[in-house]
Amino acid sequence: MSEQNTSSVAYVRDTMLPQQPAPSNQTGALKWMRENLFSGWLNTVLTLAGIGLVYWLVTHFYPWFAHSVWDANSLKECREIVTTAYGADATGACWGVIRERWHQFMFGFYDPALYWRPLLTFGLLLVVIGPILFTENQRNRAAFMVFGGLFALVSMALVGTSAAILALSAGIMAATGALIFGRFAYAMLAAAAFPLVAIFLLWGGSAWTVLFIGFGFVIGWLLLSGFARMGSIIAVVAAIVGTILFWLISGGAFGTDHLFGGQSLVEALASAVPLSIEAQGSDRFGGFLLAVTIGVGGIAMSLPMGVVLALGRQSNMFLIKSLSVIFIEFIRGVPLITLLFVASLLLNYFLPPGTQFDIILRVMILVTMFSAAYIAEVVRGGLAALPRGQYEAADALGLDYWRAQRLIILPQALKISIPGIVSTFIGMFKDTTLVVFVGLFDPLKGIPDFIRSVFEWKGIYWEPFVFVGLIFFIFNFSMSRYSMYLENRLKRDHR
Amino acid sequence: MTEPHFEREVDRSHMKVSDEVAIRIENMNKWYGAFHVLRDINLTVNQGERIVIAGPSGSGKSTMIRCINRLEEHQAGKIIVDGTELSSDLKNIDKVRSEVGMVFQHFNLFPHLTILENCTLAPIWVRKIPKKEAIETAMYFLEKVKIPDQAHKYPGQLSGGQQQRVAIARSLCMKPRIMLFDEPTSALDPEMIKEVLDTMIELAEEGMTMLCVTHEMGFAQAVANRVIFMDQGQIVEQNNPHDFFHNPQSERTKLFLSQILGH
Repeated sequence: MSEQNTSSVAYVRDTMLPQQPAPSNQTGALKWMRENLFSGWLNTVLTLAGIGLVYWLVTHFYPWFAHSVWDANSLKECREIVTTAYGADATGACWGVIRERWHQFMFGFYDPALYWRPLLTFGLLLVVIGPILFTENQRNRAAFMVFGGLFALVSMALVGTSAAILALSAGIMAATGALIFGRFAYAMLAAAAFPLVAIFLLWGGSAWTVLFIGFGFVIGWLLLSGFARMGSIIAVVAAIVGTILFWLISGGAFGTDHLFGGQSLVEALASAVPLSIEAQGSDRFGGFLLAVTIGVGGIAMSLPMGVVLALGRQSNMFLIKSLSVIFIEFIRGVPLITLLFVASLLLNYFLPPGTQFDIILRVMILVTMFSAAYIAEVVRGGLAALPRGQYEAADALGLDYWRAQRLIILPQALKISIPGIVSTFIGMFKDTTLVVFVGLFDPLKGIPDFIRSVFEWKGIYWEPFVFVGLIFFIFNFSMSRYSMYLENRLKRDHR
Repeated sequence: MTEPHFEREVDRSHMKVSDEVAIRIENMNKWYGAFHVLRDINLTVNQGERIVIAGPSGSGKSTMIRCINRLEEHQAGKIIVDGTELSSDLKNIDKVRSEVGMVFQHFNLFPHLTILENCTLAPIWVRKIPKKEAIETAMYFLEKVKIPDQAHKYPGQLSGGQQQRVAIARSLCMKPRIMLFDEPTSALDPEMIKEVLDTMIELAEEGMTMLCVTHEMGFAQAVANRVIFMDQGQIVEQNNPHDFFHNPQSERTKLFLSQILGH
């Protein structure tokens, strides 16, 4: 081989070398350990220290888990069982509190006979977002939707839902799933209608309220498309004004309540044709029902709002740009708890006296604003990462601003932003526990404090934290895995 | 001075310059802040003309053709494209842009869309052509640039030359009346330059109105009916290719040609 350097400048290879296996000490587990665990004295020390730490943790926490007590009705009973079984100094986890109070962790103070309603809402949510989460892979989509539906049905059966309601729920979910499985446009429509269904199922009351909220959006959409010819700004203004007017009038504003004997149109309809299910006020919400309601609502609303804010911040129009910047910087500069206090206390000063403005809705709006400001900055990063050539190519093809954004810029910018967006969602979902500060019963502090206030469970700390933490982990880890799946699926460079 | 040459036989039977004016630029000026990039540009391009714009880097040639479809805004003077004057009126800008195709140095394909989707996107959303018809048109032009079999791949899987040919096909799918080329071969390997130039020559043979900013003097010699030389934001010299290369008038042009062809 070395001839080519020494003997002559000219060189011609006459035989090609065959492939050979790598030396045996360069492959396998031994090589991996040598390279990754024991590559030098410092790494060897760190590896041993790490093993020691893991050993210490396991030996200290394992007994606590191993001595778990399930069948106990108070902390005192738990301690007695552990002491008799494992000796006086032994510690043991007391999961009895979860067994006895799991329903409060999950549903707060919701009427136990109506647990099926939140569960059906959750199942429907999973069914409806299936086609949106898994647009390409039919098998994953089917698996996700079937899992969602079955999870809800099994849970409903476990909380003692009647067979009739089970059958009805199964029918609703199956029909919805079958209708939207292969039709993306229907899935989007279903997702748009879902919030109204969810409001109706969760809070109950008259269906007319929800229907009129929905009618308002339909009227807005009709106005938007009707006025589209007169320019987009006029159309948007007409749609917003028309929708709000419709809501106000059907809610009895402008003296229209005199037409129906002191009732608003909605109230009049409700008393004529009730169409109502048992109402559950916001004060009955708590635990994960509260966290998931605020979390899902906030996630669903903050993504579009964040995207609009990010585009606004990039806009050439001074007014829009300034408003976006001020909003983003103000909201990011204030702690979430401040905003929650604004929601619970300050808004009352600004709203007309006697206004009933639901506390959960208020909190949801402010949580949405908070996370939208973060999403806006994440998306702005994605927009900034796109080469200018993409904007120019879209312009050169004659695409107008909105089409260029929707078809070219945002699909790429959002793809880049996925990790940041999902981080914001996860952070926001965990931050829903802060609602405890405005008197709502979040699953991490509100509910455990309530449970600890009775004599039997006074002094129980770790078990609720572990349990609630585990459920948060399941939610957040799922979001994280899904975001990785999505990133992988959208990869276009090397496949 | 070496003669610029091009190996390919160019069929000139369809290259006809009509009397119809495609682009008229009158006393156009542009500044970047205080820097006067384009100074008093006057240029009339007739339908069917093939114009090559040459000049040292920073001479404003790219900026000039980017003004024609308003990727850059001009501050003084007039640009009239196909009878539509470019002003801040968005409708006029979109109208001009849908009539004028552009090919960029760095291709600027949309990486999240397949080759076929790249080609059908603008016809569907801007021209409102039914999807099926748009796909047929796209396949026709992809065949023309000789990459129909790559239609369902993504841009990242293609070589630079292939990507540039797709970019040309993408522009052609809008059935433009004028094509602008902004250094289409400058980012390519020598082997790929030829395949892109071949595609451009075929386009010229069919009578397309073309403005090309390029350093490919062989291409200019073979295809152009006019060569424009720019320096310091102004048009210094323009002539037919034969006289431009054999008998340049200005000192600046002579110097440029000796540098670009002299080795």
